[in-house]
Amino acid sequence: MSNETVAVWRKRAPRAELAVFAAWVLALAFTSWAFQVMTQDTIWAFVTDAPKQAADIGGRMLPPAWSYIHELWWPLWETLNIATLGTLLGIVLATPVAFLAARNTTPSRIFVRPIALFVIAASRSINSLIWALLLVAILGPGVLAGIIAIALRSIGFIGKLLYESIEEIDATQVEAIAATGASRAQVMAWGVAPQVMPTLAGISVFRWDINIRESTVLGLVGAGGIGLKLEAALGVLAWPKVTMLLIAILATVVVSEWITAAVRKRLI
Amino acid sequence: MTQALAATAYPTQWKKPPFIESAAWRVALWLGAVLYLVLALGSLEVNWARLVEGLERGGRFVAAFVQPDFTSRWNDILAGFSESLTMTITSTALGIALSIPVAVGAARNLAPTPVYLACRGFIAVSRTLNEIIVAIFLVALFGFGPFAGFLTLTFATIGFMAKLLAEDIEEADAAPLEALRATGAGFLQRLDFAVFPQVMPRFIGLSLYRLDINFRESAVIGIVGAGGIGATLNTAMDRYEYDTAAAVILIIIAIVMAAEYLSGMLRARIQ
Repeated sequence: MSNETVAVWRKRAPRAELAVFAAWVLALAFTSWAFQVMTQDTIWAFVTDAPKQAADIGGRMLPPAWSYIHELWWPLWETLNIATLGTLLGIVLATPVAFLAARNTTPSRIFVRPIALFVIAASRSINSLIWALLLVAILGPGVLAGIIAIALRSIGFIGKLLYESIEEIDATQVEAIAATGASRAQVMAWGVAPQVMPTLAGISVFRWDINIRESTVLGLVGAGGIGLKLEAALGVLAWPKVTMLLIAILATVVVSEWITAAVRKRLI
Repeated sequence: MTQALAATAYPTQWKKPPFIESAAWRVALWLGAVLYLVLALGSLEVNWARLVEGLERGGRFVAAFVQPDFTSRWNDILAGFSESLTMTITSTALGIALSIPVAVGAARNLAPTPVYLACRGFIAVSRTLNEIIVAIFLVALFGFGPFAGFLTLTFATIGFMAKLLAEDIEEADAAPLEALRATGAGFLQRLDFAVFPQVMPRFIGLSLYRLDINFRESAVIGIVGAGGIGATLNTAMDRYEYDTAAAVILIIIAIVMAAEYLSGMLRARIQ
C-alpha cells in the first residue's frame, strides 16, 4: 500500500477550509485598511519618541507628593457623594422606567413599552462623561452636574437589568394576589416587588461600584470630585501630585470593590 | 398542651417579612443612611442663580435635539466618526488577538504559577485603571490623535477579554485535554483541539460585546485628546453649537442601537 492512499484526518472539508482561510484574509485586510485610515494623520515621530517620554514623565512622577493627600479629603468626599447620590437618583428614576418596559407590567405594549425601551437604550449609549459634558454646559460646573450625569447613565443600566428580571418573575404569585381582588398597585407591591427586590439591591450595589470609578474622572469636564484636582494637576504638569491623585483614585476603587463584594456576599 | 398554645399571643394580622432579617442591623442601616444623606445633601453646594440661568440654556439644548444640525459641520462629524469606527475595529481586533495568550497564561489549569501571577496582575491593572486615565497618559506619550486612543482601547480590551476567557478556560471540561495529552499532542495542539472548541462560542459573543463597548468608549476618550467623535463633540460644546452636538449624540445613539441589534442577532445564531 502506497503512502498516498492513507486517509489523513482533517478538521474541515477542503472547501470549508478554503472559505475559512478567505474569511481570515478578508478580516485581516479590512482591519489593516481601518488601521491605515485611522493613522493617516498620525505623527510617527511622537510615537517613536514614546519610550523617552515615558522615562521622562516616570522620572518626574516619583516620588509622589504624599503631603498633598491633606487637600484631597474634601474632593474624595465629593466623589463619594456624586457616586452615591447619583446611584440613588438613578434607582428612583430607573424603577418606573423598568416597570413600563417589562412585557408583563407595562400598561401598553404598543405605545409605552417602546418609549421606555428607547429611554433605556439612549441612556446606555451615552457615557456618563458625555452626560457630564452636556450638564456642565447647562447647569454650570459643580457636584450637581456630576450627580445628575451619573443618575442619567445609571437609568439605562439599572433599567435594563431590572426589566429583564421583572419579565422573569414567577407569574403564579402575581396571579394569586390578583385573585384576592387586589388592585393593580397592590399586585405590584405584594406580587412583583418582593420577587425583584433582591435583584434590584444587587444591581444597585454593582452600579454603585461602577459609578465610583466613573465619578473619579467626571471632574475632567468640570463636574466636581477628585477629577477636578487631576485636571488642575495635569494642567500645570505637577507630576508628583498626579501620582498622589492616581494612588488616591486607585485606593478608592479598590475599597469600593471590597465593599461591593462584601455586600453582594450578604445579599446572595 | 392546649393551655400553652392559648397562652402564646399570636398576631392576628399578617406582616410582610422584612428584607433584612436582623432588627439591629435594620435600624443601624436606616440610621446610617439618614445620617449620610443629611451630611451629603448638607455639603452639596448649589448655585441657584446659575441654575436658573442654566434652565434657559437647557431649553435651548432640548430645542437643539428636536432640530439637530447635521449639515453645517458634516465634514467634522464624518471625520470624527471615521476615526472612532476605525479605532474601534483595529483596537478590538488587536485586543482580542493579544487577549488569547494572556488568557491562556491566566488560566489556572494551563499555566505555571509565575506566568499565572504575571498574567493575572496584568489583567488586574488593565481593569482597575479607568480608560480615561489611561488615555490621558497615552496621549502624553504618543501625541494627540486616534493612535493614542487605539492603544487605550487595546489595553482595556485585553484586560476585559482575558479575564472572561481565562474563567471560561478554567471551567472547561478537562476530559478532552487529558485525551489529547494521552495521544502525545503538544501544548499548542492541546489548546487548538481541546480548549478552544469549548470556549469559542462564548468568546465570539464576548468579542461582539466588546466591539460595542469599544465604540462607546471611543466616543469618550476624544474628550482628553485621544481622537474620535468625542473630540468633535467637545469642540461643538465649547463653541456652544448645541445643534451640532445634538446631531453627534443622536448618531452615536443610532450606531450603538444598530450595533446592539446586529450583535444580538449574530449571538443568537452562534450560540
